[in-house]
Amino acid sequence: MSLFLLKRLGAALLAMWVMSLLVFTGVFAIGNPIDVLINPAADQRIIAETIARYGFDQPLWVQYLRFLNGLLHGDFGRSFVFNEPALALIAQKLPATLELALTAMLIAVVLGLPLGLYAGLRPKDLPAQGIMAASIFGFSLPTFWVGLMLILVFSVELGWLPSGGRGETVVVFGIECSFLTVDGLYHLILPATNLALFKLSLIIRLTRAGIRETMLQDYVKFARAKGVKPARIVVVHALRNILIPIVTVIGLEFGSVVAFAVVTETIFSWPGMGRLIIESIQTLDRPVMVAYLMLVVAMFILINLSVDVLNTLLDPRLRHR
Amino acid sequence: MSGLARPVSPARMFWTDFAESRLALLGLALVVVIVLAAVTAPWIAPQNPYDQAGLSLLDARLPPGTEGSGGYVHLLGTDAAGRDVLSAILFGLRTSIFVAVAAGAVALCLGTVAGLFAAWRGGLAEQAVMRLVDLQLSLPAILLALVLVAALGQGTQQVVIALVAAQYAYFARTAHGAASAERHRDYMDAARVLALPPARQMLRHLLPNVLPPLIVVATVQVANAIAIEATLSFLGVGMPVTEPSLGTLIANGFQFMLSGRYWISVYPGLALLALIIGINLVGDQLRDVLNPRLRK
Repeated sequence: MSLFLLKRLGAALLAMWVMSLLVFTGVFAIGNPIDVLINPAADQRIIAETIARYGFDQPLWVQYLRFLNGLLHGDFGRSFVFNEPALALIAQKLPATLELALTAMLIAVVLGLPLGLYAGLRPKDLPAQGIMAASIFGFSLPTFWVGLMLILVFSVELGWLPSGGRGETVVVFGIECSFLTVDGLYHLILPATNLALFKLSLIIRLTRAGIRETMLQDYVKFARAKGVKPARIVVVHALRNILIPIVTVIGLEFGSVVAFAVVTETIFSWPGMGRLIIESIQTLDRPVMVAYLMLVVAMFILINLSVDVLNTLLDPRLRHR
Repeated sequence: MSGLARPVSPARMFWTDFAESRLALLGLALVVVIVLAAVTAPWIAPQNPYDQAGLSLLDARLPPGTEGSGGYVHLLGTDAAGRDVLSAILFGLRTSIFVAVAAGAVALCLGTVAGLFAAWRGGLAEQAVMRLVDLQLSLPAILLALVLVAALGQGTQQVVIALVAAQYAYFARTAHGAASAERHRDYMDAARVLALPPARQMLRHLLPNVLPPLIVVATVQVANAIAIEATLSFLGVGMPVTEPSLGTLIANGFQFMLSGRYWISVYPGLALLALIIGINLVGDQLRDVLNPRLRK
């Protein structure tokens, strides 16, 4: 087990290193940050000074080593625009994004599991077919378009819910939260629903496929023959067995929820790190872009690693590979 | 088993299988109509939306069905610059479709070559290529595209490059999977024993047999490319303003939506949806038709 862990950890570190290389070449080597930083009309001395201060006069590999050294010390450089450490800037916005992403995931699971179970147990029913048709839409509609429609219907036409912002927040342990105030909850509903729809469709489909397969298994037939109540068969016998792949997917998809939050946050003016990255792309604020990317990549790799480890713990069959 | 039935041409058989699903036919019809409309846009659009001289600010933000100063009815209304929304959609479709198809075609070629090469060569080369592909597939395509556009800057070419780099991995994995299953078949051994040149082995012997799953992935990926490009453009980091795609049009209308002028955003969005859903319906049916395991 510890050997397996070490191997996986090594692979994760290797992946991080490859990504740091890719991000560096992508963001630093292509395009010229000097044009952004310095007024072209500035005098020659100032230009040379600024270039030296940011190390742009060094060869590329020296710049990369500096960058890597910074990364290892948790230093992503200072934002060109805000003149604050890039990491601190992102850390400020992280709670808002996590709040949105977790709420979206919660909606997807709480609605997705029962709907998927129903659609899988009664595939011929009209509502079940409706659910499946709707889930196709959930898959193929672009997130930003669904967001626009939600605003159009619920904010503009019906006037029920606010179209943007976080609303009133409460500070808990130094972190601002929206979900603890009524106003904040109102502001959370639309963006969280928007972000949840894609994952909701995914969970519905997974659950449906899983339950249909499981209900044909011998142990389910046996339980039925034994006279176990149908509800107990579904919840205790079948659900438990389809939960492992679903938990895996939920874990893996959490990273992509955070990534898609970029779109949702822009539409609903949600002050999270997704909006920050779009603004920093538009203002060519490279340190912020790099810090965001490395954080998201680290998160993905960490999630993949923990899902792998969890699965090995849950499923003894995977342990002896 | 009559055994001696008249041979049916493969194309005909394919069409009969495909036409079994009404939904797929509907999807195909949607795609054909939209593509035709996009191709013929300069002739069927009521207005050239990018001819500044033809625009009048007096016509700005007219609701659908109003007659403008041009003397014709704006069926889908006009935008903030007095542009006919229907014309803007027709021209926007051209941009959206062109970018997605170009990106899809390049990604298909690049990914297929990478996947086939990896499967055919095996060993360290296979490991290196496929690990990189796996790493890429663990990140959402939209994120990769966003990063690349951020690094490369705005422009048609840049968006296409970003889409290719974000999508080739899907083709590489599909090609690799299919080719790994095929490479130990007898016909591949025969080709190897005949000492045919590697390029011929790959392109004439291996490629035709891995093509069906690639076609399915290609249709789905073109739909994805359209959606990703629209998202990028909507976020303001995609197509330049001089070449507006559907995403740009939707973004331009967004600010007016809150004041109830829904048509500037909603109609381009509906066109986008029809296109994406149409392609996905076709792709779904292709998946079934081209899957040998489902053949009766």
